[in-house]
Amino acid sequence: MYSFDYQRPDQADAAVAFLHANEDAKYLAGGQSLLPTMRLRLAQPSALVDVTRIGSMKEIVVTGDKVTIGGSASHAQVAANADLRRAIAGLADLAGKIGDRQVRERGTIGGSLANDDPAACYPSAVLGLNATIVTDRRRIAADDFFLGMYETALEADELIMSVEFPLVERAGYEKFRNPASHFALVGVFVAKHAGGVRVAVTGAAACVFRCTELEDALSKDFSVAAARGVTVTAGTLNDDMHASAAYRAHLIPILAGRAVERANAF
Amino acid sequence: MNAPDTHMIGAAIKRKEDYRFLTGNGQYTDDVLLPQQTYGVFLRSPYAHATIRHIDVSAAKAAPGVVAVFTGSDMAAENIGGLPCGWLIHSLDGTPMNEPPHPVIAHEKVRHVGDQVALVVAESVKEAKDAVELIEVEYDVLPAVVDTATAADTGQALVHDGAPNNTSFTWGHGDKAATDAGFAKAAHVTTLDIVNQRLIPNAIEPRAVNASYSKSDDSYTVYVANQNPHVERLLMAAFVLSLSESKLRIIAPDVGGGFGSKIYLYAEDVALTWASKKVRRPIKWTCERSEAFLSDAHGRDHVTKAELAMDSEGKFLAMRVHTTANVGAYLSTFASCVPTLLAGQYATPAIYAEVKAVFTNTVPVDAYRGAGRPEATYVVERLVETAAREMNLDPAEIRRRNFIRSWPYTTPVGLTYDSGNYAALLERAMKLADVEGLAARKEASRQKGKLRGLGYSCYIEACGLAPSNVAGALGARAGLFEAGEIRVHPTGSVTVFTGSHSHGQGHETTFAQVVADRLGISMDNIEIVHGDTGRIPFGMGTYGSRSIAVGGSAIMKALDKIEDKAKKIAAHLLEASAEDIEFKDGIFRVAGTDRTKAFAEVSLAAYVPHNFPLDKLEPGLNENAFYDPSNFTYPSGAYLCEVEVDPDTGETRIEKFTAVDDFGNIINPMIVEGQVHGGLGQGIGQAMLERAVYDNESGQLLTGSFMDYAMPHASDLPNFTVDSSQGTPCVHNPLGVKGCGEAGAIGSPPAVINAIIDALAPLGVKDLQMPATPHRVWAAMHAATSTQG
Repeated sequence: MYSFDYQRPDQADAAVAFLHANEDAKYLAGGQSLLPTMRLRLAQPSALVDVTRIGSMKEIVVTGDKVTIGGSASHAQVAANADLRRAIAGLADLAGKIGDRQVRERGTIGGSLANDDPAACYPSAVLGLNATIVTDRRRIAADDFFLGMYETALEADELIMSVEFPLVERAGYEKFRNPASHFALVGVFVAKHAGGVRVAVTGAAACVFRCTELEDALSKDFSVAAARGVTVTAGTLNDDMHASAAYRAHLIPILAGRAVERANAF
Repeated sequence: MNAPDTHMIGAAIKRKEDYRFLTGNGQYTDDVLLPQQTYGVFLRSPYAHATIRHIDVSAAKAAPGVVAVFTGSDMAAENIGGLPCGWLIHSLDGTPMNEPPHPVIAHEKVRHVGDQVALVVAESVKEAKDAVELIEVEYDVLPAVVDTATAADTGQALVHDGAPNNTSFTWGHGDKAATDAGFAKAAHVTTLDIVNQRLIPNAIEPRAVNASYSKSDDSYTVYVANQNPHVERLLMAAFVLSLSESKLRIIAPDVGGGFGSKIYLYAEDVALTWASKKVRRPIKWTCERSEAFLSDAHGRDHVTKAELAMDSEGKFLAMRVHTTANVGAYLSTFASCVPTLLAGQYATPAIYAEVKAVFTNTVPVDAYRGAGRPEATYVVERLVETAAREMNLDPAEIRRRNFIRSWPYTTPVGLTYDSGNYAALLERAMKLADVEGLAARKEASRQKGKLRGLGYSCYIEACGLAPSNVAGALGARAGLFEAGEIRVHPTGSVTVFTGSHSHGQGHETTFAQVVADRLGISMDNIEIVHGDTGRIPFGMGTYGSRSIAVGGSAIMKALDKIEDKAKKIAAHLLEASAEDIEFKDGIFRVAGTDRTKAFAEVSLAAYVPHNFPLDKLEPGLNENAFYDPSNFTYPSGAYLCEVEVDPDTGETRIEKFTAVDDFGNIINPMIVEGQVHGGLGQGIGQAMLERAVYDNESGQLLTGSFMDYAMPHASDLPNFTVDSSQGTPCVHNPLGVKGCGEAGAIGSPPAVINAIIDALAPLGVKDLQMPATPHRVWAAMHAATSTQG
């Protein structure tokens, strides 16, 4: 690890101002991706601005029509929040299955979304639930947020303050773990909104994406059979030593079916 | 004083060493901090194969905190030799193996990603790392050879200019003509192409070295995470640095796992030792995990074509095996010793094996938990089960028809099995695994849309390495005896010095049990010392499940001498003849009388010899012994694995795993069970998860971290049923023990794969390579159903 400066402001605007003034500085939330990268000397930020002590960013608020999760709320916090579990059980369930216990204590939703690992779990929930990413300067719709592998709509000094999830009728997530990393080899989030079903797939491609074939089928019939009846083409899906594109394509409808089963069981 | 512990052999005593390990008080090499400590960091090759045109270390030398920078040419300038290989194999044509130089720091050429290019010594690890980045190397990148099966093909780049066809040797063993004759009269021949994939050992403690030089007596002290300190000393002193062994002390303190990967003399050990004299300060290097992936000796990597000939009743007539073994870029210490125990538990009359060892631009491959026996067992047990399926025979029945049923039995490949009872092991395992209920369980799985299968593996292995005469005939450049010393102190407490080394096996407990049982004293009064050439008389170390069988036997021999001597002292004290003294439960007694002396009284007298007849009786009670086994030991077992496959995803769960082992007599059943569990975890890891993958073009290791190299998690493993009740004592060592350290890793892979194939057989799947990941299982199902459809 190279040497770096460390800041821990308790106000968001101080954090943003520091990043604005220091080009090579980076926000540090849970550090579950950034710190290992730095330890291998693959990243060399001049400074880390720890945002986990900014009070407002740790809160989880559930109201009649939405759930708002602070950007530095940990996965463990999301998984254990009783109000959130009642409001969107599928989201709490997803958070409770990210990584392992240590990762869930440290890792945050804002950190995960800003990093946008192609095999991370949270992006599929954000996209499936049609969430809104609230930053220090604007609101970004999920459909506009994820741009590519490790690439989001965020500007370099933009800080995720919170994520707003609309309440839906049903939601569920199912992932098939990579045997080595235990990240999602394929993960599928299904969400039954009043206006139709959204299905978001992670792990299978360079970036999380919506699967329209599954959305169409499940909007007509929110059932396991409907999901399994869909054929997904391998096309541009990831093809690597862990799984072929064909295998990933095969898994998507099966996992979608299991996610429906889970959603219906909550 | 505690009551004497008698009848300690066979008792499940909790491990003495665990208190210090569990409370963080272990002393590992990285915990050793010496005065004037410096830190070494290696620059490693980013290329699989390249010529080094130029190295510029000037900026690194000038960097803050840097003490020195060394390259391969610095070592070459002092004529420091390369690393030796400890085993000489002769090819079929009688020529010795091709043994290219293995420079300590790469000189002129790099041959695998991770090859050492330079060593930076600095005041801190961070400063050393910073300086490493300042070294400028110009490389001419050469084509890389990676693939095992094609490495010897004409037209491939040469890893070593002096090794044509990238071949070290082509070794043959067995009676080729008799084997061919067996095939000629066969009613059925089963053929399999098998890949025993490359594995990366990953002990929990990475390798580490802390080397120092003392000018006062011109000697070196090297702390190193190693399994056999005397072997390390011999190889480094005699073969590389040309030192007298008395000038090199190797200390292997607490070591956190080895699995074979810490047997070898590594380049880093030598480089640091050599450099410590240059800088006149101790240098410490602790390998990082990502560095370990690129520099610890890897395991397995065989490509095999195997054939089994049978008569119409399924009796085996002959077996023929052709293997290509990838030894990596250089011959590691014991890389050439790829022993084969191909007979298995079966009375196969003719066997012929040929092994071609090839160089590639990959990390050197050497022995890894099981070392040859997992490879051989996998070949035999996959062949046997495939043969059963092809001949419509029950997999247990085909084994029963071919089991060896009387001992001693000499195999066609020259080993003599001393004892065993293979049929009894199989029957016991089938009972514990409830094979009778399998059909009902298969049906229950089918109802749930799942596929269930059962796989067998009846392994045998050779442990207790090794009779030196046999090892020598096979090419070993060392003897394989073991040494032990018993030092009885004046108050009756005992220090045992053993050449075996414990890096997780629990020797401090097991060996203390042996001594406590024999001397009738408390285990609390026995200390086991290992891992230090400055304290131990000699030792060949720990690998090949040899510690209790060979190291324990050396201790028993030394105990015989202690008892003889103590009886003489007791006889003197009791005014009797030594022949009339009996020793039992810690008491010396004149036979048939109530005249006795306790062990502690005799030991005190040994050191207070006020009225000894000095012409007949020496003071002191301290004996050592060397034990060279007359044969290998042959643990065997029957393993049954039951799996359930999810046909939607290929995901496979092990539902039951039953391991019935014959380890001979058992000293501590709890430790033995733990060893079996660990071995099973590693074997199941190989069968279902682990695989090192290199990019075929660039020679880059693609599985260079735990993100891509799948180590087994506890959640991947079932609860095991482990049983050692059917042991047949080894007939040629004093404890009747056989060794248990590797059995789990040897016996389990074929059981797992056979089980998965059994589950998928209804779909037409006939073969499957390791690791059976969900993707591979699904692909096999998919391929079988599409061909059938």
